[in-house]
Amino acid sequence: MYLHPEFETLSRSEIEKLQLERLQATVKHCMNSPLYKKRFEENHLSPDDIKSLDDLRRIPFTTKQDLRDTYPFGIASVPLEKCVRLHSSSGTTGNPTVILHTQKDLNEWANAVARCLYMVGLRPNDVFQNSSGYGMFTGGLGFQYGAERLGMLTVPAAAGNTKRQIKFITDFGTTALHAIPSYAARLYEVMCELGVDPRRDTKLKTLIIGAEPHSEEQRRRIEEMLGVKAYNSFGMSEMCGPGVAFECQCQNGLHIWEDYYIVEIVDPDTLEPVPDGEVGELVLTTINREAMPLLRYRTRDLTRVLPGDCPCGRQHKRLDRMKGRSDDMIILKGVNIFPIQIETILMQFKELATDYLITLATADSNDEMTVDVELSGFCTDDYGRLQALKREITRQLKDEILVTPNVNLVPKGSLPKSEGKAVRVKDLRKPF
Amino acid sequence: MTIQQISVFIENKPGSLVKVLEVLKQAGIQIIASTIADTVDAGIYRIICSEPVRAYQVLHDAGFSAMLTDVLALVLDNEVGRAADALRILTESGINIAYLYSFMLSGKGILILRANDADRAREVIMQNNLTFVAEKDLSGWV
Repeated sequence: MYLHPEFETLSRSEIEKLQLERLQATVKHCMNSPLYKKRFEENHLSPDDIKSLDDLRRIPFTTKQDLRDTYPFGIASVPLEKCVRLHSSSGTTGNPTVILHTQKDLNEWANAVARCLYMVGLRPNDVFQNSSGYGMFTGGLGFQYGAERLGMLTVPAAAGNTKRQIKFITDFGTTALHAIPSYAARLYEVMCELGVDPRRDTKLKTLIIGAEPHSEEQRRRIEEMLGVKAYNSFGMSEMCGPGVAFECQCQNGLHIWEDYYIVEIVDPDTLEPVPDGEVGELVLTTINREAMPLLRYRTRDLTRVLPGDCPCGRQHKRLDRMKGRSDDMIILKGVNIFPIQIETILMQFKELATDYLITLATADSNDEMTVDVELSGFCTDDYGRLQALKREITRQLKDEILVTPNVNLVPKGSLPKSEGKAVRVKDLRKPF
Repeated sequence: MTIQQISVFIENKPGSLVKVLEVLKQAGIQIIASTIADTVDAGIYRIICSEPVRAYQVLHDAGFSAMLTDVLALVLDNEVGRAADALRILTESGINIAYLYSFMLSGKGILILRANDADRAREVIMQNNLTFVAEKDLSGWV
């Protein structure tokens, strides 16, 4: 049941004891980092001041901008010659961010991913196919090393080439697949085109989905399509990549590994902590990393800690599925909207397929939202029914997001398909 | 009394109709009549053709949202006022028409219509001895 019982079965007090030890060691180690050394000095703070977990709050936050400002190696706490790998984000705005790893870091990362995969029932006799992009995208190598560490036959299928993916699934007897949710839906579509029935013609039973915000409804649909159990994975390149938090077989919240990370949830405006159960920005401190520990890193992801115990017995805190990123948030006519809210509504309509596109545009100096959504196999000869469906979708969206969008029903397959992360929002608004 | 019509959901976008027509052309299916109304974003393209079942299959396989619908097809003499006569009979029997289109074939007017109550419409047509087209007659037209 547990791959690492020595960590997975710790009680709350044992977890906190371990966290304090590791935090103190991490903070001392961070004094080798030019950025943190300077920051501690500026704040008249010394590693010895960290006497309890509460003292963590005396340490300033680390932001993505800090990573950009110190690009490429300015946060590292070890000399470069001790590092064996780096991953970098795409730098669409300004400098990219770089995360360095020592051999020990890679080893611990693989352990974390293996622990997650074992938790959802995967064992060495499973065949694990990874349809993530490899290269700089951490979902590729992260799952590769973790799945190999667990001892599974691991197929680095990488992203794209959907027909070949399906051939691998059938020929190699793939039992577990890692894919982003929009791509899992795409795989199913192409299977249908090829006459492959996932239940009859494949051995798929487990799907790992992550990297893209998705609703519970979307997950249930994908499970239904492929005849699998789908588990939510959460990670980010700043925290290594996958393996940060993962659902257990209860599928109710993602256990975050507190022997690796200290979790804080803060109000994104005041930066004050919020109580368990309330949504805020996830802030993480790495306490098991060597090359480049990050202290109180503001992830921009919005979530909450789920109160209560998990029936699986693990006391590691559970995060709710990500509500989206604070920088994904759409502000339209002064209203804050997350794309996931829109998806949740759309997925409740059986007439609709899984692909949609939200477009924001300015018409007559008025900002408007248009939601294009594909119909599933549904067709009607009754134009009135189409209009009624459209009205009902519009009404439910308005109830949820408080602005009235234009809803367009479009034929299945007509929205652009991407083999990477799905593009769900296009902002064409004119600035003032 | 009824014949099969294909309804295809299409976007109001340049090229949408051509895509449907190309698929039918490739399959060697001949169109007898078709109609679409102007709509803002998307609409339903309705087609009467040879081999409607196969036409539905090829459109479905090509990824279109399509369906087969039974519609009534009346045959009218090519004279002034015949459509008015036929529709008055239906209307006076309380039948409401959802949509209607017509075309000429072999010197006769063909009226395709979809009624809110198809069963009742059938009865009225029979009782009043209106002439209609059956599915098997269609193949003779092409």
